[in-house]
Amino acid sequence: MSLTREDVRKVALLSRLELTDEEIDAQTKPLNDLLKQFEALQALDVTGVEPTSHSIPVVNVFRADVERPSLSRESVLANAPEARDGCFVVPRIVQD
Amino acid sequence: MSELLELTAHEASKRLESGAISSRELTEAALDRIQSVDGEVKAFLTVTAEQALAEADRIDTMRRAGEPLPALAGIPVALKDNMCTSGVRTTAGSQILYNFIPPYDATVVTRLKRAGAILIGKTNLDEFAMGSSTENSGYHTSRNPWDTSRVPGGSSGGSAAAVAAGEAPLALGSDTGGSIRQPASLCGVVGMKPTYGRVSRYGLIAYASSLDQIGPFGKDVEDCALLLQAIAGHDPMDSTSTTVDVPDFRGQLDKPIAGLRVGVPKEYFTQGVTPQVTSAVRAAIDKLAELGAIVEECSLPYTEYALAAYYIIAPAECSSNLARFDGVKYGLRTKELSSHIGLSEKTRDEGFGDEVKQRIMIGTYTLSAGYYDAYYKRAQQVRTLIRRDFEKAFDSFDVLVAPTSPGTAFKLGDKADPLEMKLADVCTIPVNMAGLPGISVPCGFSDGLPIGLQIISKAFDETTLFQVARAYEQATQWHKRRPQL
Repeated sequence: MSLTREDVRKVALLSRLELTDEEIDAQTKPLNDLLKQFEALQALDVTGVEPTSHSIPVVNVFRADVERPSLSRESVLANAPEARDGCFVVPRIVQD
Repeated sequence: MSELLELTAHEASKRLESGAISSRELTEAALDRIQSVDGEVKAFLTVTAEQALAEADRIDTMRRAGEPLPALAGIPVALKDNMCTSGVRTTAGSQILYNFIPPYDATVVTRLKRAGAILIGKTNLDEFAMGSSTENSGYHTSRNPWDTSRVPGGSSGGSAAAVAAGEAPLALGSDTGGSIRQPASLCGVVGMKPTYGRVSRYGLIAYASSLDQIGPFGKDVEDCALLLQAIAGHDPMDSTSTTVDVPDFRGQLDKPIAGLRVGVPKEYFTQGVTPQVTSAVRAAIDKLAELGAIVEECSLPYTEYALAAYYIIAPAECSSNLARFDGVKYGLRTKELSSHIGLSEKTRDEGFGDEVKQRIMIGTYTLSAGYYDAYYKRAQQVRTLIRRDFEKAFDSFDVLVAPTSPGTAFKLGDKADPLEMKLADVCTIPVNMAGLPGISVPCGFSDGLPIGLQIISKAFDETTLFQVARAYEQATQWHKRRPQL
């Protein structure tokens, strides 16, 4: 399984990365090198083996549905690239 | 270097308690040392001198008033810059967070503050903890204090270098595939990763959520145990943190290891490990036998598949964790604005380095429709097989020993091939995959460069881990050697 430049472009899009043409070229080989490493896993017999998502499993970690203080709006907006009227400002999405 | 900086944290703690030294003296000594050597070592991204001195004075005042203080009170600690510190810039080693000032403290930071520790600064790391040398940092590459033309290891290279260089007695790092143990090995200090869930990840900027753990660096085993004690324990803010009781990690430090069963997994000696490392580690294992441990070879047959499985799982998790960096609410925002979609894509291209982009992309790919089963699910199944290997081994052994790193510190630029760099973690990765605790202790030198012995114990058995590490350390002099800066 080998990625073409076009495949890399598609993955970049899915990853929300706008890569330059040079970057797409530069990333193709390292990505394929990694995929080549993964081939070794295909040979293994994993029938009936449960996948591990957590090495030390915990289940049903709940807390009581009780309101608690959170961060102030001020502190949350303090790092905003642009903020106004208690909101984050972003480029217009909806066109008139 | 001030002789105050020769002290371990546990030694300094006694002198602080008796009033023989003050926290201000100790903190000033550390800040002076940073001033004089960090131009070369480049361990730090941010030094919080004013806050540190203010806190030192506060602790000294309390001490003089006769107030009882915790063991860490008054002792400087450096923090890897992927741990949120309220009001203090936190970058995760990335340009995408070049101006981020967290509005809250990570739980480990809260606990350290409660323990009276002096937070002295934020240390350099590979960007978002992805790397083994700090060469992937969006800021600069840190240097190995033993040879400044060489890397300190990574991703917690700054923290390891800071302790090795005497810039701080203690430091925290994070370990996802070896990022505490490997730099500890390369820098000749002690570094350990606790059992997954032992230390809260709240406020740790996430790389791979099922693998990340915060852990201590120190000049000796007791210092690591001391630091771990202050930060370990259940945290309601981290749903993956464990409710298992926190023991006294120093409780078995001086218990003899005669009769303890030590397993030596043979697969760890074939993974490109150099003859010098093999020889030093074998000699260390002989020393354990001399001390009365029962040493026997064993096998963990799925070891060779751990790297591949890790490089599917960790990037997959990272692709999800790093989706939040989009230029909207914090951090870098591109100046080139077109539509909303363009904003994130362009910001991320500008803000992330190549290694991070690579891991995001491979993660996205292996999780995508049509590939999920063949890659991600399969890797998770292999993870189960790796865990079973360890579980079986721990039926017969109390601890396992192996090299920490296949080689010693390499020169900057030596591992330019990203795949070659990843092979540096081949001895440490399986331990994260199984969620087990692991430690690296100095066990020798090769051409003046440190070599580390890795010890692995059962889940939640850090006490035995420290016991064995300490027994080896006290029977040798490696941990007393210091680099000539």
